[in-house]
Amino acid sequence: MKQFKGRVIAAGAVSAEAVVTHGGLNTLASFQKALQFGDKTATCGDQNNPDLYGKQMAGKALCLPQTIGSTTGGLVIYCACSMGRQPACMLFSKPIDSLAAAGSILADVWLPDVKMPVVDSLGDEFLDYVKDGMKITVSEDGTVTCES
Amino acid sequence: MLLTNEQQAILNGESGEVLAKVMKTLIKYGEVFGAEKMVPVTGKHNHLVTSFGLKALGPVYELMDQLINAGAVSQQTFSCDPRPLDKNVPASFLQNFIFKNFMYSRQDFYEKQLNSLGLMEKDAFTCACYMDEVGNKPEYGDVLSWAESSAVVYANSVLGARCNRNSGIMDIMGSVVGYVPYFGLLTDEGRRAKWIIEIKTTKKPEAQLLGSAIGMKVVEDVPYIIGLDKWLGDELDDATCTYLKDFGAATASNGAVGLYHIDNLTPEAKKMGSELICEDAKTYVIDDAELERVYKSYPVMWKNPEKAPKLCFMGCPHMSLEQLKDWTDKIEAALSESGNKKVVVPTVFTAAPAVLKEFEKTEYAERLKKCGVITSYICPLMYMNNPLSGKMRVITSSNKLRTYTTARYYTDAEILNEITKGGKN
Repeated sequence: MKQFKGRVIAAGAVSAEAVVTHGGLNTLASFQKALQFGDKTATCGDQNNPDLYGKQMAGKALCLPQTIGSTTGGLVIYCACSMGRQPACMLFSKPIDSLAAAGSILADVWLPDVKMPVVDSLGDEFLDYVKDGMKITVSEDGTVTCES
Repeated sequence: MLLTNEQQAILNGESGEVLAKVMKTLIKYGEVFGAEKMVPVTGKHNHLVTSFGLKALGPVYELMDQLINAGAVSQQTFSCDPRPLDKNVPASFLQNFIFKNFMYSRQDFYEKQLNSLGLMEKDAFTCACYMDEVGNKPEYGDVLSWAESSAVVYANSVLGARCNRNSGIMDIMGSVVGYVPYFGLLTDEGRRAKWIIEIKTTKKPEAQLLGSAIGMKVVEDVPYIIGLDKWLGDELDDATCTYLKDFGAATASNGAVGLYHIDNLTPEAKKMGSELICEDAKTYVIDDAELERVYKSYPVMWKNPEKAPKLCFMGCPHMSLEQLKDWTDKIEAALSESGNKKVVVPTVFTAAPAVLKEFEKTEYAERLKKCGVITSYICPLMYMNNPLSGKMRVITSSNKLRTYTTARYYTDAEILNEITKGGKN
């Protein structure tokens, strides 16, 4: 078990199973199929992401460095949240990028019934340590606990 | 964050609950990046990235309705990214059926919303809104609330406006409330270069390839490019602006560049020169071999890379008038050499409706048509962004289209060869 402390972008407490990408998450490419074709598990559709392609993202603790790709990224995260297909939480090793920040904040302000805790700046060591399937617990203060 | 009395009043709900939520969203967004104040949006027009009535984006349209119903519309008129549909662009029966009835079934509805929110005019749909013919060209120093990455990098770098790489929805929110958080590329410090790029090629580098190399190296940092003025000169004429449009789009899509400076050419570099470079800036040297290495690193996503292309898309971002004319001359000459009367690969050139309207007034339009090239206002990305089109063998010299879709990249010279001679020299 190991704990990491990050900065809270959207507050909340949750426990979920980790899915991990070491490369940037291309938000549009990853979520588009899930939003377009009614896949409630939000299976990652980004063929360029070998870590995540074909894996379920909805309800998981999504561990990533940053997001990349189209500037529609923020609204894609917002839509995923509105449709109930969002990850349980998003945990960034680096400082959050402007697109993911926009999506997280839009969901936080405009969708009061949806909770998706978002924590950033967890450090490279976090992404080195966390593995698919680990149990992740996020606390309100941005503490992230990883258990095998 | 320190707010003015007016901003605080909006946040307190004195202008309505919806506008208060818009302000709250922008403040929270700014706080993440250390913004200490909100500054007025000063550009004459806004530009929105979300142009498509994609069925999957239902929640976005519901949010837009909340804004419209509360009277929280844009304080500026705005242009918008390109439309996703155009009957002139070749598509199979099945593609057309899926586009119209499934993917973009909310296009008409969404365009009505855009009209209510403040669309400049009914055909103001292009990613290259800064073209003279379109009329959304910010002034030096203007503060913007744009999101389209290729337009943001052009406005910042070539025009000297100030805009962060915002997300869709954030773009309209800044315009609705009239303020954006002051951080990143809005600040003098955020506009300083963390990279020096030295161009040491033996010929003028391909715009899309050079932009790709720089984008992949610096990712989101600001580069200061030395040695490119040798090939581009020191004036921002039509040809150079066209080059920078394509170059910038590649830096923004292959990386996440929001601003670049070119020594002796772009406005801030001309004004401040090396003062723009951070003391601990890193250096990246680009020569012919480096560009070749980058080109060879692109994966070919086609199932059968040996087969002939089915379609060629040029114009991501949308082509300039200068570019349409230049390509007309090049295609005519290459066809004459090859003995072919028309292009041998179905070819679509995309440009802003206003640019196409001007192009139609020139004798070039008829000549390009005779070569068999189709012109369209469509967004090639939106056309490609579905499983059916994704399986098509599409070629392009756009590094943005290559990055986001299965389209295969060729240099401009190779594209000319493919479409006029079927790839045979």
